[in-house]
Amino acid sequence: MLVAPLLLFVLFSFIVPIASMLFRSVENGIVQDTLPLTVEALQNWDETTGELPDEAVYDAFVRDMIVAIDNKTHTRLGSRLNYEETGMSSMFRRSGRKLGKMDPETDGPFKDQVIEIHDGWGDPNTWAVIKTHSPAVTNGYFLNAVDMRRTPEGAQSQPEDKQILIKLFGRTLFMSLVITGSCILLAYPVSYLLANLPMRVSNLLMILVLLPFWTSLLVRTSAWKVMLQQQGVINETLVWLGLVADDARLVIINNQIGTIVAMTHILLPFMILPMYSVMQTIPPTYTRAAKSMGATNWTTFWRIYFPQSIPGIGAGSILVFILAIGYYITPEIVGGTKGVFISNRIAYHISSSLNWGLAAALGTILLAVVMLLYWCYDKIVGIDNVKLG
Amino acid sequence: MAALTPISRKPLSMVLPTVAAAGGFLGMFVGAGQGSAFLGILIGAALMAGLAWVYITILDNERVARWITILGLGVIGLFFAGFTGMIVGLLAGWFFAFFIFWLYEGRYRQRLLPYLTGQQVFGHYFFRVICGAIFVFLITPILVVLPLSFNAQDFFTFTPEMLRLDPEGYSLKHYRDFFTNNEWQRSFKNSLIIAPIATVISVTLGTLAAIGLSQSHVPGRRAIMGILISPMIVPLIISATGMFFFYSDIGRFLEGTLGMDKNFVGYIKVVLAHAVLGIPFVIITVTATLVGFDQSLTRAAANMGAGPVRTFFKIQMPLILPGVISGGLFAFITSFDEVVVVLFVGSASQKTLPWQMFTGLREQISPTILAVATILVVISIALLATVELLRRRSERLRGLSPA
Amino acid sequence: MKVTKTTLLASAVAAVAGGAMAEEMTIVSWGGAYSKSQLKAYHEPYSEKTGVTILNDDSSAEAVAKLRAMNEAGNITWDVVDVVAADAIRLCDEGLAMEIDPEVHLAAAPDGTSAADDFGDMLVSECYIPTIVYSTTFGYRTDLVGDTPPTSVCAVFDTDAYPGKRALEKRPINNMEWALICDGVPKDQVYDVLETSEGQDQALAKLATIKDDVIWWSSGSDTPQLLADGEIVMGSTYNGRLFSLIEEQNQPVGMLWDAQVFDLDGFIIPAGLSEERQQRALDYIFFASDTQRLADQAKWISYGPARSSSAPLVSQHAELGIDMAPHMPTDPENAKNTFLYNFEFWADYRDDIDAKFQAWLAQ
Repeated sequence: MLVAPLLLFVLFSFIVPIASMLFRSVENGIVQDTLPLTVEALQNWDETTGELPDEAVYDAFVRDMIVAIDNKTHTRLGSRLNYEETGMSSMFRRSGRKLGKMDPETDGPFKDQVIEIHDGWGDPNTWAVIKTHSPAVTNGYFLNAVDMRRTPEGAQSQPEDKQILIKLFGRTLFMSLVITGSCILLAYPVSYLLANLPMRVSNLLMILVLLPFWTSLLVRTSAWKVMLQQQGVINETLVWLGLVADDARLVIINNQIGTIVAMTHILLPFMILPMYSVMQTIPPTYTRAAKSMGATNWTTFWRIYFPQSIPGIGAGSILVFILAIGYYITPEIVGGTKGVFISNRIAYHISSSLNWGLAAALGTILLAVVMLLYWCYDKIVGIDNVKLG
Repeated sequence: MAALTPISRKPLSMVLPTVAAAGGFLGMFVGAGQGSAFLGILIGAALMAGLAWVYITILDNERVARWITILGLGVIGLFFAGFTGMIVGLLAGWFFAFFIFWLYEGRYRQRLLPYLTGQQVFGHYFFRVICGAIFVFLITPILVVLPLSFNAQDFFTFTPEMLRLDPEGYSLKHYRDFFTNNEWQRSFKNSLIIAPIATVISVTLGTLAAIGLSQSHVPGRRAIMGILISPMIVPLIISATGMFFFYSDIGRFLEGTLGMDKNFVGYIKVVLAHAVLGIPFVIITVTATLVGFDQSLTRAAANMGAGPVRTFFKIQMPLILPGVISGGLFAFITSFDEVVVVLFVGSASQKTLPWQMFTGLREQISPTILAVATILVVISIALLATVELLRRRSERLRGLSPA
Repeated sequence: MKVTKTTLLASAVAAVAGGAMAEEMTIVSWGGAYSKSQLKAYHEPYSEKTGVTILNDDSSAEAVAKLRAMNEAGNITWDVVDVVAADAIRLCDEGLAMEIDPEVHLAAAPDGTSAADDFGDMLVSECYIPTIVYSTTFGYRTDLVGDTPPTSVCAVFDTDAYPGKRALEKRPINNMEWALICDGVPKDQVYDVLETSEGQDQALAKLATIKDDVIWWSSGSDTPQLLADGEIVMGSTYNGRLFSLIEEQNQPVGMLWDAQVFDLDGFIIPAGLSEERQQRALDYIFFASDTQRLADQAKWISYGPARSSSAPLVSQHAELGIDMAPHMPTDPENAKNTFLYNFEFWADYRDDIDAKFQAWLAQ
């Protein structure tokens, strides 16, 4: 088997690590591991009554915390729970030092002492949050990823002013579609021209397609910034030509237009190359035959040429769409507030907020969407027909 | 289509309005710049139509007419808008001198099929103009980068000095910085080490796998294909964190158990990570080439006593080479332009060029990045030329003459 | 290629055969001018004194995520990491940074004041040794503001007097505080107000008045570039960036020190290092955070030393030869109206308010 070495390589070095990364979207052992006795004691408490749990819970909590503080895991739990209920992080951090000094055997009863340390422990809601998020496997991150949250009363939607992720998913899909569409529009004539010119000329023109492709993404994005901003090349030229008044310069960056223009440019070669290689294989005799039989230009194109070029459009579209959906550097730089993608949020949760569970959940959903597309594409066109050059 | 279509002169009734329209179009810009777009259109149209009429009916000497137009418009431009105006004027003059006679002599039909209708001819050129605009769209960002890399200031800004073409506004200091700064040199070298090795790995394994996959009896072919191209579809930031875990395990094993040098292991990690990212492109391109591959050739070779290895290198390899090379290019550029994964998997001593650029963009504004880009563009042109030569060679091997 | 591979192999073999590795440590920082200032003030003298080779890794921007991944993989390759205070607190909470006791591990001031007192309020986390105080403040184009250059941070919200775009960082921190201050909330009550949902809405409502005029930046070099282009009339950024823009690049830019927000940058040591590496990292921090070293860094970049005993020692810029003291955010003349960034508050509320802020941005 020639496939085996590569398959094993990709499987072990990519699929397995990614899968375990994505598994974090449901993994939630931290509450149980850090507060095992408390979680057990909370089983007997009914959070719907609105009353505080009894002494047994506080006693278990102090015992758990003493162990956790020794291992310095209590602050970690605090930041985990802070994702769900703001303020938990400092509650755990501030209570740590005093709780650590207690002796579970002699200092009881604890209920009042613990509430004395931080009044947050006297709020039934705190305990409800701990109880709600105690299972080792949770759907909480996925609920968060679709602007909902896990509450004692079951899944509920987030307050309206914090709903952003579904909107971002929608926008990512919409913008990727627009980018794919504009790539098709721009790539089709160019590929047609390249495929129908003599090879020597088309290869020269091909350099114009490949050069930007070879230029670093960061540089191209910066170049678009220089071009599109209000004092940028395009606006300056338009003002110099008098087409645009000096005080009415076009706003074409830091919004969706900026992202669409820059990303269309960046992804255009990924559309042109597959289209070109498909169009090259379309025999010119077909169109001539059609014309000689009296078909008009439009009929010839629409009934004869276009159907044969569809595999190229398909291959290019799937490539561009998949690549577009996962981009985050370009939208970050030219997208402003309305042109950012869901990947920007994934990056934020991975590298800034450390909420990897939510990042993994968002990533899993994104991946599922791409897989679905891939599957559809395979059914409709067949993945073998993807040609890159 | 090489056949020359006989051409004939066109009537004034067709030439004059067309030229006037073009003149009006240009006049609109100039006029808007000077205050009145409407006046600009009128003057532009009248001026150009007048010139065309004079040239065709009175002067009838193309060379003289050309120089009059170029110099005339150049002087007008100089008079109204200084140096840049003169350049615009000269270019416009050159264009109109060409355009008037191109229309009048009917040269635009020369390279087209003789039976095309007027509408089709118009469509043909309209299409060309649109394609030209798209090529401009593709290439302008690079044209912006080139001059900015010679900026005398440390910003991505066209300074007034640069626009006046004042030598003061230009300098080579960013190039000097690239060639003398250790960080840039080291990261450039790292990229030159990592990208080719990663490319070789992904091309070798990818080609083998693609050949394996192209045999019809492979079970679960689609699933395998899906797995192999998955590195392309997982969002990079997720891949980067996921791969970090795998490669730090590998790193610990190589360093701890086999006692390898830390730096060397670092390179291995980045190279392997980049190889994985490049694999989908190789698989896709090579598979596509193999679709058109005639399997009877390998059977014939085997018939004549060649072993599988010999068959592969002598028969199959030369034929699928274009696919392999273009897959290799994609893989190379993936590694050479990759910044997210290397940030996670690599450590300081494996800092690559994109990483250095990324830090540069974030931490200091320095057109050194643009200087590097310019150098890379020049290298790319050289590489593309090489590829073109290789392609022609492979076509000769296949017995096809370059069209 | 062959050559490179052989050299690599050779160096690998040599390292193994040599047995004892040369003493080496990896210090992570931000890159650019800031890394250069650390190289000159800390790394070079330290290497000279001890013979330890220092590798610089420009990964501070990804430090939090990477440290977490390293910690989980049990393979920590960094010895000392330079991060901002908010990141340090997060790393400490996550158990990713080691606790450092200033009394035991840091040098006392020359006059004998203990390190803990010398740093004072700057020690915001048990794991964190700050080295510099920087501030986020506003720069404005002197040629675009007319005859009345802004003197108050509220000029940012005054689009009538100062028309044009302004640049703000694409995150809630600092912006929410400025918005509340300019909406009439007394400075000492800002965080009490911001704790409530209504207070957050109030801040966002104030920001909404200029939303259409804001360009949101995400990397520190954005605002200087936008100012140099004349794309914005004013924008927030780090004071060191503005110093370099004004003094080194001679751009027509002025500085607005009003309501500057102090923040810290400094060192943490990753948790879980081997005993030997931990000792070396502590030794480095002992050296790099002493009074003279902190003052030396100000020769290279206009950030104030985090120790009070270093302030009198701040001298001139090493290349430009200008006095650095007036350019320090901590200089009394500049620090007339400063705002203290509440680390504790943001450690708790960052994710919550960030979600709200991003949702507001996307509207």
